[in-house]
Amino acid sequence: MTTVTVKIDNPVIEVENLRFYYGDSRAIHGVDLRFPEKQVTALIGPSGCGKSTLLRCFNRMNDLVDGSRVEGKVLLGNENIYDKNTDIIELRRKVGMVFQKSNPFPKSIYENVIYGLRIAGENDKNLLDERVETSLKGAALWDEVKDRLHDSALGLSGGQMQRLCIARAIAVNPKVILMDEPCSALDPKSTARVEELIGELRENFTIIIVTHNMQQAARVSDYTAFLFEGNLIEFGLTERLFVKPRNKQTEDYITGRFG
Amino acid sequence: MFILELGIQVYAIAPENPPGLEGRNFCLAILLVWEIMKNPKEINKYWRVGEPLVWVSGAALSLTLLSALTLLIVIMVNGLGVFWPAELQQLELKDGSRVIGIQTRTEKTADGSAFRNQYKIANRDLYGLDFRWIDEAQVQSVSTPAELMVLERIEYGDFFGRLQALRPRDRDEISAPTAEQLQVALQQVREEWQSLTELDAKLQDLSYRSEQLRLQLQKLDYQQVDPADSHRQALVAQKQTLEDEFGHLIKLQGERIKKVRQSTAIFVDASGREKEIVLADVVQVYLPNQMSKSAKILFYGDKILELLTGEPRESNTEGGLFPAIFGTVMLIFVMSLFSFPMGVIAAVYLREYAKEGLLVRIVRIAVNNLAGIPSIVYGIFGLGFFVYGIGHSIDVLFFPERLPTPTFGTGGLLWASLTLALLTVPVVIVSTEEALGAIPREMREGSYALGATKFQTLYRILLPMASPGIMTGLILAMARAAGEVAPLMITGVVKLAPTLPIDGHFPFFHLDRKFMHLGFHIYDIGFQSPNVEAAKPMVFVTALLLVLIVLVMSSVAIHLRNKMKKRYTFGTF
Repeated sequence: MTTVTVKIDNPVIEVENLRFYYGDSRAIHGVDLRFPEKQVTALIGPSGCGKSTLLRCFNRMNDLVDGSRVEGKVLLGNENIYDKNTDIIELRRKVGMVFQKSNPFPKSIYENVIYGLRIAGENDKNLLDERVETSLKGAALWDEVKDRLHDSALGLSGGQMQRLCIARAIAVNPKVILMDEPCSALDPKSTARVEELIGELRENFTIIIVTHNMQQAARVSDYTAFLFEGNLIEFGLTERLFVKPRNKQTEDYITGRFG
Repeated sequence: MFILELGIQVYAIAPENPPGLEGRNFCLAILLVWEIMKNPKEINKYWRVGEPLVWVSGAALSLTLLSALTLLIVIMVNGLGVFWPAELQQLELKDGSRVIGIQTRTEKTADGSAFRNQYKIANRDLYGLDFRWIDEAQVQSVSTPAELMVLERIEYGDFFGRLQALRPRDRDEISAPTAEQLQVALQQVREEWQSLTELDAKLQDLSYRSEQLRLQLQKLDYQQVDPADSHRQALVAQKQTLEDEFGHLIKLQGERIKKVRQSTAIFVDASGREKEIVLADVVQVYLPNQMSKSAKILFYGDKILELLTGEPRESNTEGGLFPAIFGTVMLIFVMSLFSFPMGVIAAVYLREYAKEGLLVRIVRIAVNNLAGIPSIVYGIFGLGFFVYGIGHSIDVLFFPERLPTPTFGTGGLLWASLTLALLTVPVVIVSTEEALGAIPREMREGSYALGATKFQTLYRILLPMASPGIMTGLILAMARAAGEVAPLMITGVVKLAPTLPIDGHFPFFHLDRKFMHLGFHIYDIGFQSPNVEAAKPMVFVTALLLVLIVLVMSSVAIHLRNKMKKRYTFGTF
């Protein structure tokens, strides 16, 4: 039933027959998907279709949910992250995440950026300083905050906070960055900046982004996956999927007939 | 709005009800009802806007504030005036007798036509009573002679009267001396007394050391060491020298005391009765009728200082409160040391680690119920579990040589603190749990997503963010602990503790010692004192002090909390 219109070689993340349960109810019914390296892949679909749940399977964020269960495989560089021996800490360092609501810690901007390094036991001042600068530059925030690195991060604007969260995610140098509707709480101007930033990040990171906003998906992503009621309906190049959807449901959704 | 105004008008007139106006009030009330019936929407709107609720909540708040304020004012009014040097009056009564006293209270006589006053007449050793009621009708005249004196004595309370003669040791009697001469003589005696206290400290040290030696010897006995053992022999010899020195010093002290006590003065009371008073027994002399305002203020300051730093005397009804203040603060401090970490760790476990289920629910209910148990029950538990259970076991294990005299097997600071910690730990648990629960999920997820472990998340993100809430719990716990008396009475508080829980002898910090407490002090002098009337001022002063201590400690904690709040909570987005 899944329509895949593109073949991905050397995927970063490969999902094989993934099923996800909240208690007894199944939220994802067997998804097979391959995410290309250093590209932006968008997950779209109506509310409750399981796109956020799917995203959270990639860094095992769903482990925090009581009574959740996963079947199937998610391969990250040939290793199944749901293997018994997987080091979750290591996994989450490789797969970073940016959340819907920006969530800077109640610490200074500096400490926020290096949080991931600090908890990994990194204390070399020079390295930390350097990483703060590169990360903030990478998140296009450096110029705005370089004079107040040691002020509280809670004093930043909403858009700046979200970019700080991105800086925090890239500071640990992950392979993949998961973004869960990163712009839904931002104003149009901040959204534009974050979208621009996603375009830049693409050069170094693989990005998987969940979005409600189809225009945004069309603007920022290279590949798009459309999910509906826990099933992957269609996956393909963004231009192709939006212009010439193969599947009837996809077409209905992107033309706004439901969702 | 018209209805409201009408209502107010009715209400404003109603309580007075002057004759002739009942009719008018009745009319107004009818009008009010008519107005409401005619236009029910108006009153509905009134309710809908919620104005009555605002009034009710406002009234409730002001009532609470008012009662708190009244409490403070009553205690302050009664407590602050105690040390003010009041005017000494000399009354000539119609039956020819004379009374010297300070007027303390006034009330109407039974028929309501005249007043009678209560006077503090002091001189307990002469009259047996400190206070006397005198009808105003009995009084011929009142004067305030300047030469009247107040003597604060170590025993028998104050003495009111006049100075007649001075009998310094080794010198001739001075008849009709001035107040200055008395002060000079007193100063001299005080200096002599000072050298005696040094001797006293030396004696105390000696007795402590000899007691330690006795215990060591007893330990050796207990271990069945041969009496001929050289170490044992050395200890015995050492003890002997100490005891010799002790005996010598005691004799010296006795002689010196006798010498110092030879200086006396003759005073006369209102009726001219002579009384010879040993100068060493006099704490302070002042002439309130001669004192200027500034002298009175200075005197007042001195008394407050004495209150805060001095030792109690005359079965706690006079002198200072330092041991009680120290004991109270120490108790709260040690209690916090136990209850704070215990509560926070328990709450962290319940909220972060325990799997939500029947067991956790039961534990939570139990914790909440703990807060509702009467405090005396905690006291009994502390006595049975800590004092007799753990304390006695410690004695058997570590201090067998001292038995049957208990060391930890009797009430003490440690056990009282632990009992109070148990009593207050539910407060800390509940507030910590709530503070942890109030942290948005995104914070945890953000931390986990960066590869943090549960523990790292907890101590780097969650605990700092919960700290204001945890502090609130601690403040409540401290306030509750400071106010508890019942459980302390059976776990270690005493009326008069000979030593502080901290001193210069190893290990410096004696948690096994009994201690004094302001709350118990109030109970003791207010209800257990043989002379309740004389103790009353001290009751108010102690109450005021207790309230102040709680206030100061809470303010410090609140200040800390606000600082944390500023640091760890979100500004506006």
